[in-house]
Amino acid sequence: MAEAQSMRAVKRRENLLGYLFLLPCLLFFGTFLFYPLFKSIVLSFQLTNPRGEAVAFAGLDNYASMFTSGTFLSTLKATVLFTLYTVPPGILIAFALACMTNARLPAMKSFQFIFSMPIAISAATGAVIWALLFHPSTGMLNYALGLLGISPIPWLVDPKWALISVSLMTVWMNLGFNFIVLTAGLQGISEDIYDSMKIDGAGPIRSAFSVLIPLLSPTLFFLLIVSVINAFQTFGQIHIMTKGGPMNATNVMVYQIYQEAFVNWRFGSASAQALVLFAIILLLTLLQFFWLEKKVHYQ
Amino acid sequence: MIIRTIKHLPLYAALAVCALAVLYPIIYTFSYALMTPSEAQAYPPNILPSGIYLKNFSDVLNLVPIDRFLLNSFIVSIAVVAGQLITSSLAAYAFAFIPFRGKSLVFSLFLSTMMIPWEVTIIPNYITIRTWGWMDSYAGLTVPFMASAFGIFLLRQHFLQLPRELLEAARIDGCGHFRIFAGIVLPTARPALATLAVYQFLNTWNMYFWPLLITNRDTMRTVQIGISMLKWEEAMSHNLVLGGVTLVLLPSLLTLVFGLKQLVRGITAGAVKG
Repeated sequence: MAEAQSMRAVKRRENLLGYLFLLPCLLFFGTFLFYPLFKSIVLSFQLTNPRGEAVAFAGLDNYASMFTSGTFLSTLKATVLFTLYTVPPGILIAFALACMTNARLPAMKSFQFIFSMPIAISAATGAVIWALLFHPSTGMLNYALGLLGISPIPWLVDPKWALISVSLMTVWMNLGFNFIVLTAGLQGISEDIYDSMKIDGAGPIRSAFSVLIPLLSPTLFFLLIVSVINAFQTFGQIHIMTKGGPMNATNVMVYQIYQEAFVNWRFGSASAQALVLFAIILLLTLLQFFWLEKKVHYQ
Repeated sequence: MIIRTIKHLPLYAALAVCALAVLYPIIYTFSYALMTPSEAQAYPPNILPSGIYLKNFSDVLNLVPIDRFLLNSFIVSIAVVAGQLITSSLAAYAFAFIPFRGKSLVFSLFLSTMMIPWEVTIIPNYITIRTWGWMDSYAGLTVPFMASAFGIFLLRQHFLQLPRELLEAARIDGCGHFRIFAGIVLPTARPALATLAVYQFLNTWNMYFWPLLITNRDTMRTVQIGISMLKWEEAMSHNLVLGGVTLVLLPSLLTLVFGLKQLVRGITAGAVKG
């Protein structure tokens, strides 16, 4: 009897202790993640003054005006284009470099370090460096093109080139992350497979496509999802290099949200835009998950 | 060895070209940071400096308080890392070793935080910080990031791999959860704690959107915001801007040199950057 009672006391103590250990995290998550998520939903149905206080109930007006004004479609287009320019080339280049440095040869560790290096570059430092490289008259890129006899490109100042320029810098900046993930994936493939590839005698490119890509598909799948989500959340390099311009050519969704919220001080409609972006990211994640899950080859 | 290297000459040549292309923006930064003003303005542009001209660093420090930005970023990054190490290890211990009611529910609740992107929370968080009077303060820069689901899952995974007998023995000896946590689990989990620390240090160091929103005074700016101020100074010459960039870049590159292993472990643990 006394034993059962003490068992119950221990159980109660452990219940209490469990939540005591979780308390700090619960407090932080509650205050800075769950409450804001809920608050964003509330804000999106309201008209707010610059102090962020609700002044009137707006119903679905914030959502409706987003679609009728055309900003949503134009920012979505810029975001999708940016994703297409950065994600497939970024993964492809990193994959090629990871395959090349995966051989057991001297100096490969140094090359691996070099290709991992951009991981240390932040969007801000990268953007400042590349803004100088892109400078139309004094920049190194146009100077190099000139040496090759190519006429200068108006990198960041021409609406046709601005998004491509920002994408170029982003591919470089993300190379470190992509390279590290893919190299880890390649190192996870067993030696036997590399040996049999050698015996098979197929060329390096053939064997990369027929053997490595299927085996690497879980890694590629993870990288694709993370990269697309990252591309949809791009802000820093846009803010520094182009401020959404010229002529809204680089006005991606997060930049538009930033402008609406912290330049125009319209928290209501900015929240509505943020929630639509949230829905798109969630949908993309689920879509990729269900669509690709079937094709992914798990070892 | 030499014969093998010669056989792979085309591979090495291709790798060298790629390495040069990837490194070029960094080489460019460092070489311009060491050029004299007239060298930096020359056209056709110089590729490398003729000597080592260190005056750029003191000049740029006189124009923009980069030393202060660096100090701010250090304080903020270290505070966030310390906070996350404490909150994550406590929560991870509870999930790994304490049987309590509602565990799976709380666990999935924590898991769901990974699906909430930052742009949905940023407006209400901004309002919260402003209402609390935390604008332009270290508290405002750090407190919202003191807990992360990534940290909890990374540490829990590691805690679960500890030998069960070790903990059983401690319990038989009469150790309570706090003693086991501080005396046994934390010391043996040092590699995982280091992984989390390096990963979050770099993440916090590179943060841009949040410090942009909640700092207005120069004395509270972090390096990432400070460095973008260099770009707006149209009158500033390339050698000064890139001298500033070099000062900001060095700590990140040092983190990479000494913490690459931890960083790789953090990334391959399924981390989502940003």
